[in-house]
Amino acid sequence: MSEPLIIDADGMYYRELNQIIRDKVKEGVTHFRLLNVNGQRYIGAGLTREVFIEVFGVAGQDLGIFMKGPTIVVRSNAQDCVGNTMEGKKIVVHGMAGDVCGYGMRGGKLHILGDVGYRVGIHMKTYKDMVPVIIVGGKAGDFFGEYMAGGILILLNLWDNDSRPMVGDYLATGMHGGTIYIRGEVDPYLMGKEVGQVEMTEGDKALLKDLLEDYCGDFSEYHLDPQEILDHPFTKLIPVSSRPYGKVYAY
Amino acid sequence: MLYDSVFVFPNFEVERDYDKCIVCKACVQQCTFDATYYLPYRARVVSKDTNCVGCRRCEAICPTGAIKIRRYQGEFKDNAYWTPRDLKDLYKQAEQGGVILTGGGNDRPYPVYWDHILLDACQVTNPSIDPLREPMELRTYLGRKPDRVEIRYNEDGEPELKTQIVPNLVAEVPVIFAPMSYGALNLNMHRAEAAAAKAMGTYWNTGEGGLHRELYPYGDHTIVQVASGRFGVHAEYLQVSAAMEIKIGQGAKPGIGGHLPGGKVDEEISKTRMIPVGSDALSPAPHHDIYSIEDLRQLIYALKEATNYEKPVSVKIAAVHNVAAIASGIARAGADIIVLDGFRGGTGASPAIVRDNVGIPIEMALAAVDQRLRDEGIRNWVSIIAAGGIRNSGDVIKAVALGADAVYIGTAALLAVGCTLCHKCYTGKCAWGITTNDPYIAKRLNPEIAAERLTNLLKAWAHEMKEMLGLMGINAIESLRGNRLRLRAVGLSREEMEILGVLPAGA
Repeated sequence: MSEPLIIDADGMYYRELNQIIRDKVKEGVTHFRLLNVNGQRYIGAGLTREVFIEVFGVAGQDLGIFMKGPTIVVRSNAQDCVGNTMEGKKIVVHGMAGDVCGYGMRGGKLHILGDVGYRVGIHMKTYKDMVPVIIVGGKAGDFFGEYMAGGILILLNLWDNDSRPMVGDYLATGMHGGTIYIRGEVDPYLMGKEVGQVEMTEGDKALLKDLLEDYCGDFSEYHLDPQEILDHPFTKLIPVSSRPYGKVYAY
Repeated sequence: MLYDSVFVFPNFEVERDYDKCIVCKACVQQCTFDATYYLPYRARVVSKDTNCVGCRRCEAICPTGAIKIRRYQGEFKDNAYWTPRDLKDLYKQAEQGGVILTGGGNDRPYPVYWDHILLDACQVTNPSIDPLREPMELRTYLGRKPDRVEIRYNEDGEPELKTQIVPNLVAEVPVIFAPMSYGALNLNMHRAEAAAAKAMGTYWNTGEGGLHRELYPYGDHTIVQVASGRFGVHAEYLQVSAAMEIKIGQGAKPGIGGHLPGGKVDEEISKTRMIPVGSDALSPAPHHDIYSIEDLRQLIYALKEATNYEKPVSVKIAAVHNVAAIASGIARAGADIIVLDGFRGGTGASPAIVRDNVGIPIEMALAAVDQRLRDEGIRNWVSIIAAGGIRNSGDVIKAVALGADAVYIGTAALLAVGCTLCHKCYTGKCAWGITTNDPYIAKRLNPEIAAERLTNLLKAWAHEMKEMLGLMGINAIESLRGNRLRLRAVGLSREEMEILGVLPAGA
């Protein structure tokens, strides 16, 4: 990888920071290292070129919104709306992320080491070979996978270090496409009524293995073993209908 | 109780003059609702009245004028309170237990404030202007205007602009085609809107279903919408546009989302919306990343960041009770344009109960918002687009005088290409080929002819608007904006006139 362009974001307004990134991307810089990031918003927003951005510090709201090309690695936590309406490539968060991550995401990967907030993965979509993947290492809040229309949402609960349930209420409510895999058992009481639990197949396991190998590789310093994660039973959720609300109308 | 009300009480009847009918079966072929069919053993075309939606396609296509569509003659007992529509809807729900859907705009007899407002004209003391011989400007700039303009002098002593001007849309006619999605409409209609917008130097709006790649060359005349379902929203879509619009609400169905039924999602729609063929396209009621004005600001600036601050961002809301305060928040959140969609605004599909009972008239909303933004000294921060039931150029001129910068026309644009307001858009069977994506029926809408008709409409309205400006002695539409002194009210209460900011006729 090329030598990174180092930008000290200490006290820098997000607009200035992102303008520098856009200008430098245009000039052909492909590797950025942002230091002292402290909540600056929209890093990587709308970028379509394949660049690598390392973020040291807490990334602000809408990290990677609308982006297609970049790979972003956050060496800390990230705020709300990570990967909002994202189209491709990857965001890796070495910590926790906030609410509404991956809203309307239609491609690429979101790898989060720790917990996430509410409404994560809602309205993700699939289109042909574009299958977005979100993997959450910790726990998730309410409305996980709400309105989900496609893609793959994985919840691992690897660090179970408090008494909270691994996922909140209204899990996958309104789901009408895609698949959710949750490591462990989920109380059906938490699930939306549009979703059903089905048996894991060998195909599912092979798919998970592939995805988890990539995930564990991104967090190599934690020495996560995909096989060990997979040895634990998973709950697979799929929608009961691709048209959940087809019957509420009179004609 | 063993009857089916739909079959007992039709809405229309097809009257066929068998002396004129030549049994060409054109009506059979054209009817998409199976209301007319051929009976071989009688060698006759006959009708099934209960299926007729009153779209009058057969009547228009019949070469001998043999068909008349009439309102069903059978009548319920007179009742000033329970209308036949109330009865029929109630019967249908008692049978099916579902939400009644509708398309189009609110057709209920609520007051039409446009029709209570009259324009001023010059007589004796101030000269009127003849637009046929004198310059008359309709050009409108949409977007944020600076609080003040500062100039500086360069080394040569020449003045130049010091104030940074943010990007604005430039519309040669202040009439823009309203957001109607690909899905609700077919590609032929989008093609026609794009071509007409380009020809007239104005804009069209994609609605929330994305932009077909074929229409990317029209990007400079395209406002792209970002709605809660984020269908077809990606970096390229944003970059190709002239402006981006965050759809918060729709006048026909404020506060609710949308369901494009999976049956309508074919290969091309699937490609544009980027969802699988046959899957329901569900738009959530709110944007789940917007629960506050601060969140709205976040998305507005996300769009600006993603497009390098090169395009204005519009925010569209339905006209609701507290619209003035909401609009103020939107202006402060950084929007460049606010679209107000009144309760007469159309829809491809909405629960009828919502369309018929929610929202407020655009006239009131527009006047309230314009006044509020003026009172707060931030009117120049945003342009206002008025939408929801603009019927003619008179409505446009009145809207501008009430404070609008431009208007959206949706229903009017559909009428221009053949719509007869049967309000069956939600069925996907539009016999006029407008709100259907059945490739066979959609062919009835020829995009070149439709574009020409839309262009004609805008040309006609532009000419009429110039006439009206001229008779008021005004030579630029800029000078009419918010100029409510040129309006007078007839038959309105004091409170209504206060909100509209209009004096009674004679005052």
